[in-house]
Parts: sequence; structure tokens; C-alpha cells
Amino acid sequence: MKEEELIVRRIKDGTVIDHIPAGQALSVLRILGLTGKEGYTVAVVMHVPSKRLGKKDIVKVEGKELKPEEVNRIALVAPEATINTIRRYRVAGKLKVQLPDQITNLIKCTNPNCITNKPREPVMPTFLTLSRSPVLLSCEYCGTYISQEEIVGQLG
Amino acid sequence: MKMFRGRDVLSILDFSREDLEKLFEVTLRIERGELRPRLEGKILATAFFEPSTRTRLSFETAMHRLGGSVIGFGGTEATSIAKGENLADTIRMLDCYSDLIVIRHPMEGAAKLAAEVARVPVINGGDGSRHHPTQAMIDLYTIWKEFGRIDGLEIGLLGDLRYGRAASSLVYGLSKFKPKRVLLFSPPSLKLRKEVRDSLVKAGIALEEREKLEVGSLDVLYVTRIQKERFPDPAEYEKVKGSYRLTVSSLEGAKERLIVLHPLPRVEEIDLEVDETPHARYFQQAANGVFVRMALLSLLLGGTR
Repeated sequence: MKEEELIVRRIKDGTVIDHIPAGQALSVLRILGLTGKEGYTVAVVMHVPSKRLGKKDIVKVEGKELKPEEVNRIALVAPEATINTIRRYRVAGKLKVQLPDQITNLIKCTNPNCITNKPREPVMPTFLTLSRSPVLLSCEYCGTYISQEEIVGQLG
Repeated sequence: MKMFRGRDVLSILDFSREDLEKLFEVTLRIERGELRPRLEGKILATAFFEPSTRTRLSFETAMHRLGGSVIGFGGTEATSIAKGENLADTIRMLDCYSDLIVIRHPMEGAAKLAAEVARVPVINGGDGSRHHPTQAMIDLYTIWKEFGRIDGLEIGLLGDLRYGRAASSLVYGLSKFKPKRVLLFSPPSLKLRKEVRDSLVKAGIALEEREKLEVGSLDVLYVTRIQKERFPDPAEYEKVKGSYRLTVSSLEGAKERLIVLHPLPRVEEIDLEVDETPHARYFQQAANGVFVRMALLSLLLGGTR
């Protein structure tokens, strides 16, 4: 039995997000929009020993199969994460997250003079992915670069 | 090459080398009187949320010379923006009234938002410290006309390369051509932003950053004003104020054919005596502005047919 299963039991149906960098699980929940009010059973395991990452976090969502397009945005804070779809206690599918080419309405542009930071305008902050490892985004409106540290700072 | 008709002009990066060469050729033909495009019955709206002399007046002159008419504002005091109307709603109104909108705004990305809201083409007349595509078109046209090419030239930029949108846009524009080398002269705190510099690196163009001006190898020297109004901290401006100034003596050792350009307005960065040297080209550059804008307006609105 894996060590995290001594803390949290296996789930029957749902999604397990594995290989989240230690300490980023709450950011992952925030990106997924899981506030705890949706009614799903959610398990968050933090600082589990990991061969690959040293320490890692794991998120388990019981009763909901998350679609890759829902989950891919977590690559901003967890670029190595894997998404396991669980059906009847078995892994029915395994995917590595991949940061989408465009990210809308999740993080703010760090340039205070960017039009996306102007209140009362019909505009959503939108970023283009320039690099996935390390993550580097560019604001679609003003061109400002946003680094991985800045993203983690905003979402953490 | 993309069609010009109906296009937005938000960044020089949206234009290919072929697009720009087409624009230069149309401009030259207009300048020589070989082509007389007409835009009768068309209305240009100018929405200037920031001060401007050349950009606004040369767009207006260009439209009048093409037989079209102009509406708009320069400064927001007399408009509903003073009552709190947002940018998008202001643009929606101009979109109903006109065939093309030129916008200048202090915030970066404002022209892109305007283009998303408007159905008619939008030209970015300068947004914050990022883009000023028509200025870059004028600068590139001036170089192209002077030398017959942009490829193979050594081009230096001197001044505030961090906050100056004209300098950023010219660098983006140069990335579409093959200059021999681009030399960037600026105080350390006013160096070109990384995302702009990257456009040259990606295009494989040799570039060097230096603090002190050396004119010896240059074919073109582009001087810019320190953008006092864009410094987040006035103390930072005080530190760099007056840190460079082009004088007749600093042009000693220059190539005979060196041309000095400046997007204007000039404050103290070019000594008035430089105006009398055979190198000064900034007033011709400004005069070219009307022809380039005539060519652009007529290409966007189908007046060259």
C-alpha cells in the first residue's frame, strides 16, 4: 500500500491528480475552481514522499471525472502533474497535464498600465504560452512576460 | 501578403516584410504624385486620450488630402469620458459614426481592446509604452527611401529604449528585415525591454547594447526622448534626465551618409546645431508621416483602386 493511502483511502470513481509540487495542492484546487461547496468528496494530501519530486502533493476528487481541458491549466503551478481517471478503484486513464496555448481569466497581468487592469472594461486578462518549461507567458494585450514565480505568487 | 483592406493596425509585428514593402511603394508613388487615391465620403475618427501633435495632425492632414473628412477629439475634457464613460463604450460610438478609428491611449493594449469592440478598422496611434506602428512605418520608410534598402545597414538607437514606444516599434519593425547590426545605446535603467529585444534575437539579427554612443559604424542613428510621463517613479526620471545628448561634436567620425532620425517631439536630446548638419533627417521624417498615412488609409479603405 502506498504511503498516502495510509492517510487517505483509495477512491472508487473520480480523479486523482498526482505529482503536484509540495505545497501547491491548494493552488491546484483554486485553479480548478473547487471551493469545497460543490459537494464532492475531496482529499488533499500534502508533502508525501516521492521518488521523482522528493516531496509531492496529491488531490483526489471522488465522483467527478475531470476533463483534460479543465485540468490542463494547473500546469501553471504543477507542470509535472498527472491526471488519473479512476473507475471502480482502477486507473482507467492516465494523462500528463499540458499547459494550453492560451490562458484566459485566471491570472492578472503584472503591468499595472495594461488595459486588462482597467476596471469596467469588457476585457479578460489573456496570456499566450511562450514556454512550458520553465513556464513563461506573454500578455495578449500588452506583451508583458509573466514568469513561473510570478504565476505561483499570484495563485499561491 | 495579407490584404490591407479592413485590417486593424495594432502592432508593426502584424505586418510582414512584403506588406511593408507594398506600403512603401504606394507611399513613394503618392509622394511623387504618380498615384492620387481618393476617399471622398469616408470619415476618419481620431480618439486621442493623450497629447499628440504630429500623429493626430498628420492623420487628419492625410485624410483631408485624400478628400475624406475627420471627426474626433484630442484630450478627454470635452467628452463623456470626463463623465466616467469607459473606453469600450466611447469606441462603440465612434464605430457608428466613422469608417476608421485612430486611437491613442495611455494604457498598453487599449488599441487591441478598441479593435475588439469596433467593426471598422482601428489604427493604433500609440498605446502606453508598447506600440506605435505607424511611427515605425514612417521610420522604416524614411530609411528605405534614403538608402533604397533596410537590409545590410547598421542601425543605432539612442535614448529611452525602455519606455519609448517609437523605439520599441522600430525594433519590432527592423526584425522583419535584415539589418547588418542593431546597436542599442541607453543608460542601464532605460535598456530595451526583454520581450522587444527577443524579437531581434529570434530574427537572428546581430545586436549590441552599449552605454556610450559610438557613431563610427552607423548608417542610421535613431534618437528618442526620455519618456518622462511614463516613469512610475519621478525620482528615477531625475536620475537619468540629461544623461545623453547628441551634439555636433558627438557626430565627429560619423559616416558621411549617416542619417539622424527622431520621432519628435525633441526636447534636449538633440542639440539644435545638429539640425544644420547634413545628417539631420528628422524633419523630412516627420514630413514623410503624411504620405505614409495617406498610403495606409487608402490601402485600408480601398482608396487605391
